Amino acid sequence: MNVLDEITSDQLRTDLPELASGDTVRVSARVVEGNRERVQVFEGVVMRLRGGGITRSITVRRIASGVGVERTFKIHSPRIEKIEVVRHGQARRAQLYFLRKRVGKAATLRERRPNG
Amino acid sequence: MSIGLIGRKVGITQVFQDDGTMVAVSVLAVEPNTVTRLRTPERDGYAAVQLGVEESRRLTRPERGQLKDLPKLATLREFRVDDVSGFTVGQRLTIGDLFAPGELVDVTGVSKGKGFAGHIKRHHFRRGPETHGSDSHRQPGSIGPGTTPGRVYRGMRMAGHLGDRRATIKKLRVVRADAERNLLLVKGSLPGARNALILVKKA
Repeated sequence: MNVLDEITSDQLRTDLPELASGDTVRVSARVVEGNRERVQVFEGVVMRLRGGGITRSITVRRIASGVGVERTFKIHSPRIEKIEVVRHGQARRAQLYFLRKRVGKAATLRERRPNG
Repeated sequence: MSIGLIGRKVGITQVFQDDGTMVAVSVLAVEPNTVTRLRTPERDGYAAVQLGVEESRRLTRPERGQLKDLPKLATLREFRVDDVSGFTVGQRLTIGDLFAPGELVDVTGVSKGKGFAGHIKRHHFRRGPETHGSDSHRQPGSIGPGTTPGRVYRGMRMAGHLGDRRATIKKLRVVRADAERNLLLVKGSLPGARNALILVKKA
């Protein structure tokens, strides 16, 4: 292992589930409000995965009160409490940008069968 | 003036800080430095500490003679100090002795050589139009007045050799000082390519 990987390896998390584009996930992230810290849950569809190693990030999209919201999380960040996979969606491409043009039922993905 | 250490650039990466934010860091490998010689105003006309790193078997006899009983160190550099009284020849200095996270350091190295570079790359001049009948695509423009003074002013910015010169970057923050693995992580970039020799000292 080279030195650079060694430095980041102890910050890599091993408690994360396997994530794929199209999965519906629930991300619990710690946010600081004034001087109080609380956990904020963001649930939505993984639109893309990006980066490798410590820079790995996911973009999650959800419709919040009629408005599309996308948030990007560095998944190895210590600010992330946990990530749960709610549902495996079937996606035929890696980046699901087409979801931005769709609303309602058209924006849902078929469920992926395990090992299917 | 303060003492520093000799190290080598390993590369750059990113790490999370305690507050969860991510920073881009440069990694420096700083093996323990050996004090090889002390320069005193009485004898040498200035006060400095000479440090050495990197043992090698290929030293010339004069080089070996300079080091006497010390390890055969191939890379020697001097740091100007105000007073050499705190140092002894043969003493080993490590990251833990000098640097702690949060401190500011100055780093010195030799920047990457870019060869003969035009004024756009070298001095950030603007380029001319690409089309519409323009012929001044990458021309530098006027370089001064005409008959009076009848010469080009000294220091006019033009094309020429870029890079491969000593460069110091000041006030970089130490993100982590790993005394166990002899690694120093500083926020930001370092001059030179990977494996380049770098001098670090307190800002």
